[in-house]
Amino acid sequence: MVTNITNFGRSGLSDWLIQRVSAIIMAIYTVFIVAYLLFNPGLDYATWSGLFAQTWMRIFSLLAFVSLSAHAWVGLWTVTTDYIKPTGIRVGAQTVVILAIFVFLVWGIQILWGA
Amino acid sequence: MSTLQVSIYRYNPETDSAPYMQEFQVDTQGRDVMVLDVLHMMKEDDNGLAYRRSCREGVCGSDGMNMNGKNGLACITPLSEVIKGNKLVLRPLPGLPVIRDLVVDMGLFYKQYERIQPYLQNDTPAPAIERLQSPEDRDKLDGLYECILCACCSTSCPSFWWNPDKFVGPAGLLQSYRFLADSRDTATGSRLAELEDPFSVFRCRGIMNCVAVCPKGLNPTRAIGKIRDMLMANAT
Amino acid sequence: MSNLRSLSFDAIIIGGGGAGLRAALELAKSGKKTAVLSKVFPTRSHTVSAQGGITCAIASADPDDDWRWHMYDTVKGGDYIADQDAAEYMCSEGPKAVFELEHMGLPFSRFDNGRIYQRPFGGQSKDFGAGGQASRTCAAADRTGHALLHTLYQNNLKNDTTFLNEWYAVDLVKNANGDVVGCIAMDIETGEIVHVKSKATVLATGGAGRIYASTTNALINTGDGIGMALRAGFPMQDMEMWQFHPTGIYGAGTLVTEGCRGEGGYLVNKDGERFMERYAPNAKDLAGRDVVARSMVMEILEGRGCGENGDHVFLKLDHLGEDVLGKRLPGIVELSKTFAHVDPAKEPIPVVPTCHYMMGGIPTNVHGQAIMQDADGRDQIVNGLFACGEAACVSVHGANRLGGNSLLDLVVFGRAAGMFIEGALNEGIEYLDASESDIESAMKRMNRWNESEGGETVPELKRALQSIMQNSFGVFREEENMQKGVKQLSELRERIANAYLPDKTNAFNTARVEALELDNLMEVAEATAISALERKESRGAHSRYDYPDRDDVNWLKHSLYFPADKRLAKRDVNFTPKTVDTFEPKVRTY
Repeated sequence: MVTNITNFGRSGLSDWLIQRVSAIIMAIYTVFIVAYLLFNPGLDYATWSGLFAQTWMRIFSLLAFVSLSAHAWVGLWTVTTDYIKPTGIRVGAQTVVILAIFVFLVWGIQILWGA
Repeated sequence: MSTLQVSIYRYNPETDSAPYMQEFQVDTQGRDVMVLDVLHMMKEDDNGLAYRRSCREGVCGSDGMNMNGKNGLACITPLSEVIKGNKLVLRPLPGLPVIRDLVVDMGLFYKQYERIQPYLQNDTPAPAIERLQSPEDRDKLDGLYECILCACCSTSCPSFWWNPDKFVGPAGLLQSYRFLADSRDTATGSRLAELEDPFSVFRCRGIMNCVAVCPKGLNPTRAIGKIRDMLMANAT
Repeated sequence: MSNLRSLSFDAIIIGGGGAGLRAALELAKSGKKTAVLSKVFPTRSHTVSAQGGITCAIASADPDDDWRWHMYDTVKGGDYIADQDAAEYMCSEGPKAVFELEHMGLPFSRFDNGRIYQRPFGGQSKDFGAGGQASRTCAAADRTGHALLHTLYQNNLKNDTTFLNEWYAVDLVKNANGDVVGCIAMDIETGEIVHVKSKATVLATGGAGRIYASTTNALINTGDGIGMALRAGFPMQDMEMWQFHPTGIYGAGTLVTEGCRGEGGYLVNKDGERFMERYAPNAKDLAGRDVVARSMVMEILEGRGCGENGDHVFLKLDHLGEDVLGKRLPGIVELSKTFAHVDPAKEPIPVVPTCHYMMGGIPTNVHGQAIMQDADGRDQIVNGLFACGEAACVSVHGANRLGGNSLLDLVVFGRAAGMFIEGALNEGIEYLDASESDIESAMKRMNRWNESEGGETVPELKRALQSIMQNSFGVFREEENMQKGVKQLSELRERIANAYLPDKTNAFNTARVEALELDNLMEVAEATAISALERKESRGAHSRYDYPDRDDVNWLKHSLYFPADKRLAKRDVNFTPKTVDTFEPKVRTY
């Protein structure tokens, strides 16, 4: 058993599962958005913000953001452990990644529930 | 054209400051010999050429090497299968430290094999005769126990290149599943517990280089998938 | 040479094949300080190539099977110079050893009732030859040796055996009393020479098929243990007895298991005739290997061979169907396609008798203790020296080994040697330490090669040796030709003594290993040649045109070759098994 403390789920199995579940959620979200754009050819700002004013859409979008964050963390953590061998640089890179993900997530929430 | 152009990786730590590629002209007399035969011919000219070999029939796993870019066993690879434009390029297995010429240090590879506890564990008292096993249960070991530890698979796997100390690698995982799949083994739980971290099994990205090079036609990727299924079934 | 690093063990096992690993496992479990010293990583040892199975009366295929029937077959197969106490030990202890292997995890094939699958092999009978063909060979498809070797290695890992992998044993170290107290070895990776001290030195170095130009043996089978023992002055037993396996793939020499014929395959000549029906009307293709090999050579010599040059015969398997071939003989299908370019499901495999197994070797008792003779010709134990497996001559195989008996030999006598050494160590072993000059004399040939400055090179000398052996000591032998061979060998010995090692670097120098191996091939070849010349009869694998009959009056004996004066003596065969009646020599027919 290889121990580690910086991966997302503290277990390869849960990381693996999270990666797949989050991918499915993002795929559904993407399909939904693309379909919505196709079925609303003359889309204006009012309709678009009306869509995001509905609670179910906010929850759905938040779910997609959280999935994206988890997915990105698991994926980028893997990339850093594959390619960055010096521990200091690796931990630095991981810190930058998690901070960026955190910032984007909070920002996303603010946009969703903001004005 | 019976003269083969061979380009071979050379390095002797005592006499060379760096590895280099050496060119040989080998006269195969037009015969479709095995790559190992070509090595023997070269060794007659240059006695110092180092490579491992033993059974010369593809069951001992000594002479895994990289031939024109693909890993395989020199003794069961005929020239007709590998040469491109009458040229043969021989390099050691990638990703492991080179000791000399085509001889690599297999230490990390063996260590990963040992890590998965490659032996039957059964905590029930042994009967006076053999433990019974149905032919169906025995069939589950086919495609697993035949591994010859040649390291062709693990050294063609990028995940093993990046983390040879943490990722068990296709060969070790194939053996791991060989014991997980054995109806006589009772250590399933502890075996799985050793594997559920993010490296040991989960570094496999399913690119199937291992399957493409296995000289015995085995499928480590499938075995890894089965381990994942068992881990999932066990933990959810 | 006090600057040599030294390592100390209770027991050192030289050779990491089936016998060595089985002995090591026994000792590792006992907690003794043991190491296995092997010139290749253990799973690269030649045991891995064994295909058909391990013969043993475990009463699976036939619930009434009896180890005494197996013993009878073994003694008869060996043309009555197998030691009957040893055959008795092997056949009666066998089931225990096989069940142990199964408990260790060996993936045997199975019958529907869940028991170990057994197939018929040559020379097997029920009811002391009266009950027809038996099925006694336990198999893991046609990869039994692979499965067995890996299982043993795995269990040694489980028991924390110390391995000195890719170390090459150069020579035995004897003390002033003539006891064996260790060896000189080289770490191949670094070239470092080390003095390995031990209270028990086990030679489990396997066979030496590479003395012949055409052999089923691995390239590593160079008789290193035999060479070491001969240079140390110890005698060799029955070295004229070399088994030629009937079915080596024509041209390549790779083995096709006897299990093919066990599963129903048979040999045909160029007329498509199943010729074994003429030579062995009852057992046909499953007669003893010596009988089948000779019959094949007779067919070829009489002009009924196959192919352009009429120099081989065909092994027909296509009638078995793809299912049986895929299930029972998958490795053979692979090998045939690779080395003979034929698919056995469609075409027959071209085969020819090929050197396969050395029945002779270091004479030992059933505990693996090496034996020499005192001045009066009586057996005397060599202190500190043990042998098991193909390197040893216990002798259970006599003049011809039965198929499937070699794997049984490995595990039964590897285990026996381990158990005996454990007991001896518990009682305490003290030998005189080796002196500087004792060590120096074991370093002699290593120094010779390292100081060589010119002369012939190893590959050409090895080829010369193999061609002498192939031409003068093959399936059929004859005085004049053997005389010539012996003379050529003694000339060759001189040339080898002056040969040249161009590469003197230290890191993984395989040229140096091959030079050291050549010395051993030379020792084995000469012992074989002189023994074959002196045994003036035909028995088992030793067939002479000039002495076509078995001579029980003069030669119901082991031969014993002494290296110091290249003399051949005789040693009595054991005819006194402990629990069964003696099997009296009879005319051997199949």
